[in-house]
Amino acid sequence: MKKSKRPLLAIPYVVWMALFVVAPIIMVVIYAFSTASGGFTLDNFARMGTYTVIFTRSFKLAIIATFVCLLIGYPLSYIMAKEGPRFQRVGMMLIMLPMWVNFLLRTYSWMSILEKNGLINQFFSAIGFFDLINAIFGTDIQYFHMIGTQGAVVLGMVYNYLPFMILPIYSVIVKLDNSLLEAARDLGANSTAVFRKVIFPLSLPGILSGVTMVFVPSVSTFAISRLLGGGAQMLLGDLIEQQFLGGAYNPHLGSAIALVMMLIVIVCMWVMNHFGEGEEQAVLL
Amino acid sequence: MSKELIRLTDCVMSYDDDIVLDHLNLYINDKEFLTLLGPSGCGKTTTLRIIGGFLTPTSGDVFFDGVRINDVPPHKRAVNTVFQKYALFPHLNVFENVAFGLRLGSTETTQVNGKPVTRKVKIPEAEIRRRVMEMLEIVNLKGFEKRSISALSGGQQQRVAIARALVNQPKVLLLDEPLGALDMRLRKDMQNELKRIQQEMGITFIYVTHDQEEALAMSDTVVVMDGGRIQQIGTPEDIYNEPKNAFVADFIGESNIIDGIMRADGVVEIFNRKFQCLDKGFAKDEPVDVVIRPEDVDIVDEASGQLKGTVTSVTFKGVHYDTIVDFYGFKWLIQTTDFCPVDSHIGIKIDPDGIHVMKKSAYSGMFGDYSSYSEEYDEIGDADYDPEQEESFREDGHEEE
Repeated sequence: MKKSKRPLLAIPYVVWMALFVVAPIIMVVIYAFSTASGGFTLDNFARMGTYTVIFTRSFKLAIIATFVCLLIGYPLSYIMAKEGPRFQRVGMMLIMLPMWVNFLLRTYSWMSILEKNGLINQFFSAIGFFDLINAIFGTDIQYFHMIGTQGAVVLGMVYNYLPFMILPIYSVIVKLDNSLLEAARDLGANSTAVFRKVIFPLSLPGILSGVTMVFVPSVSTFAISRLLGGGAQMLLGDLIEQQFLGGAYNPHLGSAIALVMMLIVIVCMWVMNHFGEGEEQAVLL
Repeated sequence: MSKELIRLTDCVMSYDDDIVLDHLNLYINDKEFLTLLGPSGCGKTTTLRIIGGFLTPTSGDVFFDGVRINDVPPHKRAVNTVFQKYALFPHLNVFENVAFGLRLGSTETTQVNGKPVTRKVKIPEAEIRRRVMEMLEIVNLKGFEKRSISALSGGQQQRVAIARALVNQPKVLLLDEPLGALDMRLRKDMQNELKRIQQEMGITFIYVTHDQEEALAMSDTVVVMDGGRIQQIGTPEDIYNEPKNAFVADFIGESNIIDGIMRADGVVEIFNRKFQCLDKGFAKDEPVDVVIRPEDVDIVDEASGQLKGTVTSVTFKGVHYDTIVDFYGFKWLIQTTDFCPVDSHIGIKIDPDGIHVMKKSAYSGMFGDYSSYSEEYDEIGDADYDPEQEESFREDGHEEE
């Protein structure tokens, strides 16, 4: 009897998915293959070549941001997982804390830090750093040029998405059976070998989901590039947004770009999950 | 006969005020099958972990082949462990699990400028393959090398764990309750197999268990522990026939432990009656504990018995009857092939070699009375029942899905 009732509980989610995930994707596909008058066309895709620079930049910055997140996130997760419960609680708190502040506000505050007259530049000119440099090298530097660079965009991505890298990796490492590590040591592995041959391979599922959760929002972001890229670093997200809300209004082209981006991301994730040799079964797919 | 390999001197292990090991002294010979036997919390696993290098004793020394190894980390010890829950690597298949230690390379000591320098030397792939396959054959897992760990049964995982440890040719194999998770029949098979492997490979086994039958069946030497102390060290026969105190007598097999008084060499008084025994060297009129094993008691008719009692319960056990007999308010367990109905009055006879006299100890009076025997049975029954319950629960789960 219980058997027949259980699936009913899934209905709210299924309806939600159908309305807000499946239906929009179908609409995107229809838009991408049609003209303003409703006829079938492939023109939207033919124009894709024009945007190669933006595609390349988007994927490049997202890959760099993901890599930096991994570089910062893995050691931090590892150290946290090995520490006592008190350290873990405080650490987790500090990682989650920024997420209680609105995403846009956080990014705006980075603007005021990195600006020409922002905190960093004010600090360095107050301590006379620029005067010193100019005196020594005979240059005329008045401030660091940070806002509007690709570096600033990557910084924004790392800052905003780092928790998504740390959490899955941390939760995998903290669950590692200590007796496996003891067994490895017992069999002759020093601490480097224990890490390389046991801890790292067993934390791959966490790394894969962390990479996914950082890479996907990074590649499609538009707020970060708008605020910190200062319009000079246009990304795919900005391009798509322009087609729907901006002056270049063309939802058909926007849909086509969104579709291509989605396909590339799906292919990337598929390759990565198979690269992990399906140890702990795919994370996303 | 054989030389000493491991020695623990005066080892103390304590956490804050909690003393886990209390001045332990123990030596282990080469090629010996030694079992650390005791109830949970007696310090047996702690002792094993100290030898394996996972714990450093609070005080005291550990010697291996005459060299102090207190500060030598586990990966530099010529010791391998079979862990309680096997601790197999889930991301590697059977072959790679067994090959794990070999892939890390073998340690080679060379003389550089007169100083010994040890370094890891890579073992050629062909040799790794040969040694792994050889080991899989020894543990009867030929043809399983490509399997993933999760596709193996408990017994098979156990064998992989043993192969993984032995393939490194350790001088000592440590086994931490390795058969605990297996069912009875499999456990018996594995006992024989472990004994065979130990003899075939000629290495020292240090085996931790709380199962006295297992300890008696497999060991050359049994170390009975309780409360962080060694209660007795000896061959299985010694431990069974000549227990040192009431704890050992009770823990190893069934025993009736009765207060007695040593009246002279070879004469002990129980319930105001003198019995012939073989024990000597006690003071005159010294109070002692007397152990009488249930199978050493002969039931005779009431008139010709040395002691007279009333049967209070009988349980059929297959080979014999467990008969509980009341002697002056003290209940004995007697194992006999003769059926005596409840409430019948019987007499008993005990041969001198059936009586074992022990000095009084801290354990005197704590064990050896069978008044609560039936309750003990209930507990055992419960433990047996558990797995079945779990199974039926699992079936329910399936239905729900």
